[in-house]
Amino acid sequence: MIKTDLVIIGAGPAGMSAAVAARKKGIESILLLDRNPFLGGILEQCIHNGFGLHKFKEELTGPEYAYKYSKEVEELGIEYKLGTMVLDVTSDKIVTAVNEKDGVFTVQAKAVILAMGCRERSRGALNISGTRPAGIFTAGTAQKYVNIDGYLPGKKVVILGSGDIGLIMARRMTLEGAEVKAVCELMPYSGGLTRNIVQCLDDFDIPLLLSHTVTKIHGDKRVTGVTICEVDENRRPIVGKERYIECDTLLLSVGLIPENELSKKAGIKLDSITSGAVVNGNRETSVPGIFACGNVLHVHDLVDFVSDEAEIAGNAAADFIMDNCSDSAVQICLNTGFGVRYTVPQVIDQSEDTRVFFRVTDIFKKAKILVKDGDRTILTLKREHCAPGEMESVLLKKTDIEGICSNNVNILLEVEE
Amino acid sequence: MFDVVIIGAGVVGGMIARKLSGYNLSICLVEKESDVAMGATKANSAIIHAGFDAAVGSLKAKLNVRGSEMMENVARELGVKYRRNGSMVLAFNDDEKTVLDDLLERGVKNGVEGMRIIDSDELHRLEPNITDDVKYALLAPSGAIICPYELAIAAVGNAMDNGCELKTEYNVKNIINDGDCYLISDGENEIRSRYIVNCAGVYSDAIATLVGDTSFSVTPRRGEYMLVDKEFGTVVNHTLFRVPSKMGKGILVSPTVDGNLLLGPTSEDIEDKSDVSTTAPGLDTILKSVYETIKNPPSRSVITSFCGLRSTPDTGDFVINVPCERFVNAAGIESPGLSSSPAIAEYVAELLSGAGLVLEKKEDYNPIREPSHKFREMSLEEKNRFIAENPAYGRYICRCEEVSEGEIIAAIHTNPPARNLDAVKRRTRSGMGRCQGGFCSPSIVSILARELGIPFENVTKSGEGSIINFERTK
Ligand SMILES: Cc1cc2nc3c(=O)[nH]c(=O)nc-3n(C[C@H](O)[C@H](O)[C@H](O)COP(=O)(O)OP(=O)(O)OC[C@H]3O[C@@H](n4cnc5c(N)ncnc54)[C@H](O)[C@@H]3O)c2cc1C
Ligand SMILES: Cc1cc2nc3c(=O)[nH]c(=O)nc-3n(C[C@H](O)[C@H](O)[C@H](O)COP(=O)(O)OP(=O)(O)OC[C@H]3O[C@@H](n4cnc5c(N)ncnc54)[C@H](O)[C@@H]3O)c2cc1C
Repeated sequence: MIKTDLVIIGAGPAGMSAAVAARKKGIESILLLDRNPFLGGILEQCIHNGFGLHKFKEELTGPEYAYKYSKEVEELGIEYKLGTMVLDVTSDKIVTAVNEKDGVFTVQAKAVILAMGCRERSRGALNISGTRPAGIFTAGTAQKYVNIDGYLPGKKVVILGSGDIGLIMARRMTLEGAEVKAVCELMPYSGGLTRNIVQCLDDFDIPLLLSHTVTKIHGDKRVTGVTICEVDENRRPIVGKERYIECDTLLLSVGLIPENELSKKAGIKLDSITSGAVVNGNRETSVPGIFACGNVLHVHDLVDFVSDEAEIAGNAAADFIMDNCSDSAVQICLNTGFGVRYTVPQVIDQSEDTRVFFRVTDIFKKAKILVKDGDRTILTLKREHCAPGEMESVLLKKTDIEGICSNNVNILLEVEE
Repeated sequence: MFDVVIIGAGVVGGMIARKLSGYNLSICLVEKESDVAMGATKANSAIIHAGFDAAVGSLKAKLNVRGSEMMENVARELGVKYRRNGSMVLAFNDDEKTVLDDLLERGVKNGVEGMRIIDSDELHRLEPNITDDVKYALLAPSGAIICPYELAIAAVGNAMDNGCELKTEYNVKNIINDGDCYLISDGENEIRSRYIVNCAGVYSDAIATLVGDTSFSVTPRRGEYMLVDKEFGTVVNHTLFRVPSKMGKGILVSPTVDGNLLLGPTSEDIEDKSDVSTTAPGLDTILKSVYETIKNPPSRSVITSFCGLRSTPDTGDFVINVPCERFVNAAGIESPGLSSSPAIAEYVAELLSGAGLVLEKKEDYNPIREPSHKFREMSLEEKNRFIAENPAYGRYICRCEEVSEGEIIAAIHTNPPARNLDAVKRRTRSGMGRCQGGFCSPSIVSILARELGIPFENVTKSGEGSIINFERTK
């Protein structure tokens, strides 16, 4: 068995950034594994602009953003294996993987960072009735066909779901000569970034049909059309509000699911809301020495935050390996209250400042973000506008949380109406 | 000129082809779709029934019990996964309990072994996830599960290895009896054969009509299913049936041999023989029943839904006969057709022999087919030796089901060859997992294009017309 200090699974922006951080902290023996034949993860197929505005103050394409990190990985001489599928991780940090050169091999690590990203929710999970012809793709798969393989998977397109990938693909397909007939969104608001709605739909006159879903797929060999229908406030189709749209393609952008099959194998505790691991401020999971970051932990909308999160995990893994961990200070579990869907981290350490990320449950105008310890308000922040599609955060200072030992810390919203 | 042409490459046609390939005969299996196992055979409950359902004395009863006895050995020879998990019929009240008594009696008469009725304590001990509303169960330990399309693909593959020819995308439209042989035509190409076996599933009445046999008709009866993520594959161990009604065996909950959980089928007579669409009410009906049967059903972890058409004959029994010279029907094979298939093949061979076909054993017949899942079951050392020789087995393409490029290439070049995305999927399971091919399908399209020597945009999902990509982008 190979022995390595740190194994990182997934070489997307999360994995690469974690690797770079750990190396800069002095970890020499690192092994970065990815099943793709390239570094960069999902960014390789995101050839549009809009990456890196926060971190590098410039608008980069996905591959350009990834290159900033892959260059560093090379320069720092971090060892990586591509075309390598990780098959198993144990709680003892034994990683099993396979590739064409080494066959099936195992690595004993001192620490492991999980950075496997996420997968797209498929048609099956939605139970859309109808036939099962060619022409139904998740938006990411269509993106791969267009941007990587160079083929057009559809000419007359309906998109279900207004997540960012769906919006980006609406524009991409239009630019490639396809006609995007509509984007249907089940919710009364879009789950995507506002800038994507403007730049990808409005600029191309593509209608966004809110509170609409696809109820039936038609076509024997290839999609010939879909039935769409307006939904009520319980998201159920309203009888009589069906409409047939002729099309040859249905793209699904209906959610991303963190890819945690390996985490389950390692016995890591998962959060049922994020579908990612439960972590502390170090992004350490319930299994000591196993860390998680990026989309495998929770779905991010901006890659910049992925890189930041991965740095935290990379640094913390390095500390763990070098045995630098401060004796476990008091840990506080964060609870969510009105208007807050989840937080990451879910557990924080009292001895340090922690930025807590979270998502809201609905669109709110003029809201107050409150952090409370029981009835006592620790912190208040005002927001003109919050939406589920845009991640929020609050910085909890050491001084704010000193002395609190209860599990009664709550993050919630208050709406002035 | 062939000795026998078999029309329809479902599990019945496949088993007959395999049986006949054991004799010195020239045989050809013709199929209208782009691949084998595209009819009822790819969308059913996958149960090898014990045999207590069918009416005493019927052909169904006889062939079910015999087929179910043969199946374990057939599966072993063909390298197909098979598991005798046992089945239960659940009764929610005393009325339903009397149905169990009847089924038990019928089962004993049909020759099914080991059946008994168990009480609430025992059934909940065996299956802790059954709801408390279930009071009794009929336990049939000889019930088993199998993968039906894997079985049909393997049967056809084995028949081909033994000399049988397969023609796909050949839709039989006309048959003329030319005295001592039949002229079969799809409108373009003619095939001559001395004998014909009709196993065309829902279209078997139409094929029979071509030779003047209008003695039966077949109604398509829709059955819809939902398939649940492997994470919940062990929620139940036995196959759990509801008490049967006139429309069928009710909505079952069953593990599959590949480790998923299967829910369904519904039962609804329809008119269109090609309509395998799922419906919103159908999917609701399934969930409703499943909520009655098991605690905390994993309804949120459904990964796909699908639909199959039962070939329900108006005769009430399988139509296996010789309606005119040198023509054998294996028609209207509804459930338990999968369970009965090896026995149907035996019976059809007898009928052919009775109709004058000389059955002379082939010396070099080999009933064994290498399992397609051979690689997955190797030890670590074996895998590594294998990968060292065939590096493609070290390149994993499908993450959810852990399928390597080597297995995909093998599926493309092994009998019966896979020529499109769905055909690869049915042979290797790539794309059948929780992401439903979102990640691997572009890679498999490239592999198909390369191995078949065709342009990327000519690779289809499931044969002609089911194009995946249009032209190259600018
Ligand atoms: C279509 C799309 C558009 C986007 N647009 C923008 C945008 O405009 N601006 C922006 O800032 N952000 C955008 N994002 C978000 C951002 O790109 C992602 O959040 C970021 O790429 C996630 O990084 P990651 O490293 O967590 O995951 P990924 O990039 O998905 O990397 C995970 C890696 O892990 C590997 N892996 C997984 N499992 C295994 C295993 N078992 N063995 C080996 N390797 C494994 C995968 O192959 C992959 O390479 C977009 C995302 C998508 C999908
Ligand atoms: C919902 C459902 C549940 C079931 N559950 C079970 C079960 O649990 N256990 C069990 O034992 N059985 C079960 N069955 C029954 C079993 O699936 C069938 O009996 C079996 O698959 C029938 O096989 P077949 O080969 O006769 O038909 P098919 O698999 O339908 O094959 C017929 C083939 O003929 C081809 N064909 C038709 N017309 C032409 C033509 N003109 N030219 C060329 N080819 C043609 C078709 O394309 C098709 O491939 C179930 C069936 C259904 C629908």
